[in-house]
Amino acid sequence: MILSKPRSVGVVHNCPMLEASNLECVRGEKSLFRGLSFRLEAGACLMVQGANGSGKTSLLRMLCGLAQPAQGEIRWDGEPIRKLAEEYRGELLYCGHAGAVKDDLTALENARISATLAGAPVDEAAARQALRQLGLKGREDLPARVLSAGQRRRVALTRLLLEKRRLWVLDEPLTALDKAAVATLCGVIDAHLAAGGMAVLTSHQDLPLAATHVAQLRLD
Amino acid sequence: MGETSLFAALGAVIRRDLLLAMRRKSDVLTTLFFFIIVVSLFPLGIGPEMAMLRQIAPGVLWVAALLATMLSLNRLFAADHADGTLEQMALSAVPLGVLVTGKVIAHWLLSGLPLALLAPVLGLQFDLATGSLGVLVVSLLIGTPVLSLIGAVGAALTLGVRGGGVLVSLLVLPLYVPVLIFGAGAVEADLTGLGATAHLSLLAAFLALAAFFGPWATTVALRIALE
Repeated sequence: MILSKPRSVGVVHNCPMLEASNLECVRGEKSLFRGLSFRLEAGACLMVQGANGSGKTSLLRMLCGLAQPAQGEIRWDGEPIRKLAEEYRGELLYCGHAGAVKDDLTALENARISATLAGAPVDEAAARQALRQLGLKGREDLPARVLSAGQRRRVALTRLLLEKRRLWVLDEPLTALDKAAVATLCGVIDAHLAAGGMAVLTSHQDLPLAATHVAQLRLD
Repeated sequence: MGETSLFAALGAVIRRDLLLAMRRKSDVLTTLFFFIIVVSLFPLGIGPEMAMLRQIAPGVLWVAALLATMLSLNRLFAADHADGTLEQMALSAVPLGVLVTGKVIAHWLLSGLPLALLAPVLGLQFDLATGSLGVLVVSLLIGTPVLSLIGAVGAALTLGVRGGGVLVSLLVLPLYVPVLIFGAGAVEADLTGLGATAHLSLLAAFLALAAFFGPWATTVALRIALE
């Protein structure tokens, strides 16, 4: 399953690139997928699709280095991500099912603390600006406990705006979001791709991206 | 990643954990009240036999400190694991070892330090002399960080395991034995007039060893737990 569309064959790429070769994922005794290869270049987006339990989240966790593939290798800029360790993590932003939002902290505290823990501290003004951009104006100083599921998801997604990372790995980013928030998020992802970023994402809903370099990957 | 941002991240973890503890005070207070009550039960049960109380005081205070620390271990990583923060920490550009060290320091500030500061007050119930109370505090100040460091390894190993609470006790309590022996031994040595320096030096050596290997072992265990 080769999904890359090498637009400039033979030209040496200087831009960073994510490359997966011959990946196999085993859960228990069952092999979810095998022989999976793809290449993702700057400005490209990969939509991973498949039924529940087809290994979408497992694939995304592998791409982050949280899980090890049973076989195959993932390379960033030609280097295995295992070897790059922190260097690779500095390029990566992962947004999983769990939003890493603390109930007892306010939206603002959540945004600032998660940025600092990721190694990219931001000042209060930047964090407030990001929260406003995601439609949380007036909710900045409320504890996350009292926010709705969609609002908590928005707090989690402020990381996209605050951490300057080249590769975004988003697992079901649209969960619990309303139409307006979906549109905002699409805009954010499009801007990221236009600026030469990369994204790998899963979604059961339609994600109306304007970007042209969107590849589909079906896991069956 | 420069040195300053590593320290910034370390400070941020400590501040965050202290802030979370302030927002949810009951967790910290449970540990402290457990310590106070367990220690106070002994003089009540044994009666006012001063010589006997003085003799058992170091052991009782230290065992109670171990058990109180155990109580708080489950919470060390569980909440961060459940809400996905631990995953984010593992994917941070900051080495996980630095963040884990911050969490262990915060755990000590919230459990070990208050225990050490409360101990002399509780020691009065056992008719300990002022000098011995001082040694007790110093031994706890050196010993309780070791408890947090070793406990973190146990908490990381049992993360996500059903019945992890009991398991972590079985795993960690045997490792606490040397700390108990030399911690309580320091106070006993002072009571018998031998001087506590040797015991305290050995405790400090344990601390150095645990500070070196503890965060590393915890990091490895957490990465396994997350997979």
